[in-house]
Amino acid sequence: MYDTPNASADVAAKATKISAKNVQVYYGDTHAIKDVDVEIQDKMVTAFIGPSGCGKSTFLRCLNRMNDTIDVCRVEGDINLDGENIYDPKVDPVQLRAKVGMVFQKPNPFPKSIYDNIAYGPRIHGLAKNKAELDEIVEKSLRRGAIWEEVKDRLHAPGTGLSGGQQQRLCIARAVATEPEVLLMDEPCSALDPIATAQVEELIDELRENYSVVIVTHSMQQAARVSQKTAFFHLGNLVEFGETGQIFTNPEDPRTESYITGRIG
Amino acid sequence: MQQQHITTAYDRELEAIQAQIMRMGGLVEEAIRSSAQALDELDLDLADKIVARDHSIDELDEMINQEVARLIALRAPTAVDLRLILTVMKVSGSLERIGDYAKNMAKRTHVLAGMSPMPAGSSSLRRMAREVERMLNDALDAYIQRDEDLARDVIDRDREVDQMYNALFREFLTFMMEDPRNITGFMHMHFIAKNVERMGDHATSIAEWVIYLVSGERPDEARPKADVTSNMN
Repeated sequence: MYDTPNASADVAAKATKISAKNVQVYYGDTHAIKDVDVEIQDKMVTAFIGPSGCGKSTFLRCLNRMNDTIDVCRVEGDINLDGENIYDPKVDPVQLRAKVGMVFQKPNPFPKSIYDNIAYGPRIHGLAKNKAELDEIVEKSLRRGAIWEEVKDRLHAPGTGLSGGQQQRLCIARAVATEPEVLLMDEPCSALDPIATAQVEELIDELRENYSVVIVTHSMQQAARVSQKTAFFHLGNLVEFGETGQIFTNPEDPRTESYITGRIG
Repeated sequence: MQQQHITTAYDRELEAIQAQIMRMGGLVEEAIRSSAQALDELDLDLADKIVARDHSIDELDEMINQEVARLIALRAPTAVDLRLILTVMKVSGSLERIGDYAKNMAKRTHVLAGMSPMPAGSSSLRRMAREVERMLNDALDAYIQRDEDLARDVIDRDREVDQMYNALFREFLTFMMEDPRNITGFMHMHFIAKNVERMGDHATSIAEWVIYLVSGERPDEARPKADVTSNMN
């Protein structure tokens, strides 16, 4: 009612991209994620918020099986991407991660040139037949990462020589180079200054044209600014999941209310 | 939500702004009562005081608006805090308007005092003003206590004020038709009655914001309306 009609229509119209049902995650004996059910919609930004240790990053990492790399971590329940269970033994995690890209908290470009940072994924996945096609992918990805204009004259300079904000946009460009369908972002702006943050947020808003974006953030204002749907996690539970405007004006659960108004850490 | 913010300065700022609302509420309730009394007793000193005091009400409204803007800029309030800030701004605006209506009554009292005594109306107006003052008092109590039921009660009572206004409208019309020399005086009386009726609408609006503050939902549009004079002939 207090949101623009457009934003509400946005939320209503999209198809489900990832559907998680009854997800449990254990680190050894610790039950880190409890009974989480959530539907991530396509072409929309979904924000995960919650205090430190609430399980939001853990849950995010389930969505492209990054938790596979942790020995003591055990995931139960169903997580479907376009209706297919991503934890099915037939699924190759490497292929899955090409479809579900990830951007991390600290920009982590490879110690290679800007060009090679982007070309790395398409090369190993065989996405380009020749140099011309690879050049095209690199340019397109850097444009999608909203950094092309800044780096087009120095593609062979090292990626690590860019500023923090530029490095993060380079990492986003690298993530989109393999033509993913979903982008997972784990606090992508926490190491950036406000201007670089605004640039990345603007980029996230543009990315939603083509991708389903899931972002974990400690900044509630960021969740409010960039997302259409917000999920609040607390002590391993998904407490509330709803339209972002509703969550920030009239949350249903008192725990959500306390957290977003700054009453519990 | 009774729980406190982690940042205690935030709680202090919210409390300060609410204290200003209550001060403003007290001044406005008194303005309603005094303006009806000044009219009924043709007490021109009292009328002058009302006009002078309206200035402090306006100043409080200005201070509250500035404080609200500052809180929005610095604290980025959300959820219940956001609803509180929006409610404060709306309540302050309504109180300021009620103050203006009271001032207008006081000014008209001066005009009426210079005319031949009015045959009727001022005691009915005083009763009507008393009811509006009670509505405002309850609306502000509902605000402080976050009492949705009391707020709904206030909204329902606006119907009675509307009915009092309709009755006065007919009565004034009769006097004016009886003797055209009454017209000027009763035109003023009618504006005063309309002012009091509008005060009731603002008290109702405050009650509606209380419901939003508590529940997050604005009450249904279909609130009881009994002011039928706009389609009377």
